[in-house]
Amino acid sequence: MNPSVTFGGPLATALGLVGAPLLLGVINKTKAFFAGRRGPPLLQAYFDLVKLLGKGAVYSRTTTWVFCAGPIVGLAATLVALLFVPLGGVAATFAFQGDLFLVVYLLGLGRFLTVLAALDTGSSFEGMGANREVKFATLAEPTLLLALLALIRVAGSPWSLSPTLGNISTASSLGTAPVIGLVAVALVVLLLSENSRIPVDDPNTHLELTMIHEVMVLDHGGPDLAFILYGAALKLWLFATLLAGIVVPVRTGNLAVDLGATTLVALAVGVVVGIVESSMARLRLIHVTHLLVGALVLAAVALLLAVGWSR
Amino acid sequence: MSFFVELPNASALPLAELAPIAFPKLRQGVLDSVVRGDRLVALFGIPQASGRLRLVVILGVDATSTLRLATADVEASYEAFTPECPPAHWFERELAEQWGVVPRGHPWLKPIRFHRSMRPGTDAWLRPSADPIVPGVTDFFAIQGDEPHEVAVGPVHAGVIEPGHFRFQCHGEKVLHLEISLGYQHRGVERALVGGPHPRSLSHAETLAGDTSIGHATAYCQVLEALAGVAAPPRADALRAVMLELERLANHTGDLGALAGDVGYLPTASFCGRLRGDYLNVSALVCGSRFGRGMLKPGGVRFDLGSAEVDELGRRLEQATRDLTNATTLLWETPTVLARFEETGVLTPAIVDRLGLVGPPARACGLERDVRFQYPTGMYRFAQVPVSTWHSGDVFARAYVRWLECRRAATFVGEVAAGLPSGPCATPMKRLAPEKLAVALVETWRGEAVHVAVTDSEGRFAAHKVVDPSFHNWMGLAMALRGQEISDFPLCNKSFNLSYCGHDL
Repeated sequence: MNPSVTFGGPLATALGLVGAPLLLGVINKTKAFFAGRRGPPLLQAYFDLVKLLGKGAVYSRTTTWVFCAGPIVGLAATLVALLFVPLGGVAATFAFQGDLFLVVYLLGLGRFLTVLAALDTGSSFEGMGANREVKFATLAEPTLLLALLALIRVAGSPWSLSPTLGNISTASSLGTAPVIGLVAVALVVLLLSENSRIPVDDPNTHLELTMIHEVMVLDHGGPDLAFILYGAALKLWLFATLLAGIVVPVRTGNLAVDLGATTLVALAVGVVVGIVESSMARLRLIHVTHLLVGALVLAAVALLLAVGWSR
Repeated sequence: MSFFVELPNASALPLAELAPIAFPKLRQGVLDSVVRGDRLVALFGIPQASGRLRLVVILGVDATSTLRLATADVEASYEAFTPECPPAHWFERELAEQWGVVPRGHPWLKPIRFHRSMRPGTDAWLRPSADPIVPGVTDFFAIQGDEPHEVAVGPVHAGVIEPGHFRFQCHGEKVLHLEISLGYQHRGVERALVGGPHPRSLSHAETLAGDTSIGHATAYCQVLEALAGVAAPPRADALRAVMLELERLANHTGDLGALAGDVGYLPTASFCGRLRGDYLNVSALVCGSRFGRGMLKPGGVRFDLGSAEVDELGRRLEQATRDLTNATTLLWETPTVLARFEETGVLTPAIVDRLGLVGPPARACGLERDVRFQYPTGMYRFAQVPVSTWHSGDVFARAYVRWLECRRAATFVGEVAAGLPSGPCATPMKRLAPEKLAVALVETWRGEAVHVAVTDSEGRFAAHKVVDPSFHNWMGLAMALRGQEISDFPLCNKSFNLSYCGHDL
């Protein structure tokens, strides 16, 4: 067995565990640059996590164990999902036939528990946020599945993420480019919407009535909030690396080069997110649906093309 | 309507000329005038020794630049104006709360500031005096059924803003009705001014609404000068106008930035945040306070501008306005921003007129309603600022009117500061004349602020009524939200940017 397979997966996962909050720092630094500000330190997300972990938590008397389970399950589900997502050409720690479904539904499970925890508070704000989150998820989830299926068809690989991304390379024929392009655009929209970035959500706003994701976690504090923030950072990392692995497929076979290249591109994705956030306003909430339907259609077209191409 | 007494802005008349008439006659006269297009500027009560309450009505006739006053005495209750004259809605709730009179037939009579009656022993709702009165604890409209849901926001908000309670009746994301309940900031300023002017009365006026220090201080000083028969010298008038427009520039700039921030458009939000500070610093250059505190005094102003300071002011103003032009041009040219601003929170001219709104929300519907133009006092008698209007009545219009006003204010300040009249910048004050009533209207950055002072036989305040523009406009915000998405509330709210403490007094 190639040593990079046994050794690369855990290394990629560890890189994600350590590096994910850095991505938030890159986004915030980019935004600060465009705003003409100095901005928070690059490592601010780490400082926040340490600070929150050292705090106590306050629980409302109206909440139950469901409220406490939300952040824990949310983080755990994302952590497990990370074990199955390859970092570009570097295979993930675990891979099996059909692991893409596990990844999609682990993310779904995390969301489900977050929504339940929000509903558990009985607050009208959190109920509204849960409603919005679920409404947009019904469009985002099939988009992700269709996009991944299109990739698998194009790569001609077994139904697993690691071999799929391993098979995508710059050497692929011209025919796959449209599929990859469509999938990449759909993934960009998903990255923005699933990680509550502008133009879908505004991570900086303090206005509860306009929030989608943030409003669901308003009542969490201390370590619970740290879990949520860390889980969110991992999710962002997961989407950014997936996107990076597709759009800049560096597959040299050298572990250090492959890991480094994909990580750098993932950080560049962070810069792009920062530029997007600095150059446009948020969409009106009803228009978010239009954006997600657009992404869904792109992913569906990609799948159709991929099916036609691979036949 | 011969019983109305006519008065120009910022002037006084002896109370003897304002004899009370029979209430039904007054009511009919007011309703007839409002139908003809007069605006309800103020409606308040002055308790009489006889135990009755003297209602004072002040109407504004925009076309002739005159104020029309009339009074009538009422007992424990009277027939409400509100059913036929909606602008009286909050005035009559205020009357009921302050003096314990009941406007019969008022459609939604409930407290607005949640304090006890200022006439002990009276209470419009017959609440026992032992029961505590808690702000926000009152009746609210509620929509019955399984599908509508209620969202309560505030009084504690997520941002560093003032407290207010907003109760939404929603169907999904759509707002069917919004009810606004304030009063958390009630400090009793009007009561504190009675018996004055005290040494601290001017400070009370400056902090009626902290962001409108110059506006309220100007109205307060004009009322005092009218009562004392003193005229501020031309140089003081010019400096007051400069400060008032600087206040407008700073606040409008802050609002434009905050509007951009609310839709997540960072460039304008960041730049306007800084530029607001630049304009505030120009105010500080003139008087040492960024908010213009201590600049005005009855009879004139406390701080003069030297020629070096005038140059510095002009230089800083030009620099800030150039940057502001760049920052806001981005706003008008970004499609995603326009998509959020346009057709959000639309008010029609008919609604604005019917509710009697003032300031930028009224001008954003194309109504030329501007005290500087219709009731000019001080410097505005000689130097006109064109009225800025837009036609669409939405968030965009309220933002764009602010930008137009910024541009014109910057030009105005530059010109007035460069050609300051010579002479002293204050006249010595005299004692206030007894048994007189004075009114002053000032176009603050939020709209028309009204101060009315009535002196007793010794020349002290028997009453001092303040109407902040917010008092007229909160109902406009509630109406703008009808049929909107609840997620657009913060944006609509910011486009009005009303004062909580100016309303709560």
